[in-house]
Amino acid sequence: MMQRRNFLKILGGAIAWSLLAPLETLAAIWNKAAFETSSLDIVKKELGILSAKVSPQIKVIAPDRAENGAVVQVEITSHIANTEAILIMVAKNPTPLIANFILSNGMQPYLITRIKMAETDDIQVFIKADGQYFTASKRVEVFENGCG
Amino acid sequence: MANDIKLRAQLNDDITEIKVLMSHPMETGRRKNGAGEIVPAHFIQLVTMLLNDKTVLEAEWGTGIAKDPYLTFHLKGAKIGDKIVIVWHDNQGNTGNSQIFVV
Repeated sequence: MMQRRNFLKILGGAIAWSLLAPLETLAAIWNKAAFETSSLDIVKKELGILSAKVSPQIKVIAPDRAENGAVVQVEITSHIANTEAILIMVAKNPTPLIANFILSNGMQPYLITRIKMAETDDIQVFIKADGQYFTASKRVEVFENGCG
Repeated sequence: MANDIKLRAQLNDDITEIKVLMSHPMETGRRKNGAGEIVPAHFIQLVTMLLNDKTVLEAEWGTGIAKDPYLTFHLKGAKIGDKIVIVWHDNQGNTGNSQIFVV
């Protein structure tokens, strides 16, 4: 399997984080099978998440209710040592895998971003640390489908 | 298309807070326009952030990131004057980038 950690190198190194990276190269890096499936089980299988322990050391902050699922802000903090990646999934979205953030060189295990949600569901966060996965979630009541 | 990125990097104590706002439609490929036609998928797939040419973040995204993507990150080890660069690539072969110095 392609080593995804260094995809910058594949794109031509730090000098050429280039405006002209060929599409085929990007396609080789982006995990198509995981991002395009409608099945959360397949997402986990494609990412190699065989099991994930629920952890109180992960904090997921999001609104209890979202009028419009098109913009749902989520704040994630991991207190798990050696956190190397933060993944966001929403099972009932047309494509459940939303993002995989790989952190390195001093990037802290914390982020804020805004996601789309199709309906009332849990925002599921997975943390990769020392090759193991941990998880936490936050329920959000969604009134209007934001995944059109 | 305007590939605008608003970028801010501010050092507080030993943590640099990096805020990013990208201008991008993030079309899922399921939405219909006014004429009832499906709008083709158009979304950012890869985002890379560098601190002085050293990678600090590599992200893969699906269509579930909201339109005009917003990010906040906290980075340790950066100093005032250090360079932060962010680059994205989308599924249609477009790319955008921006850089800023830590203040």
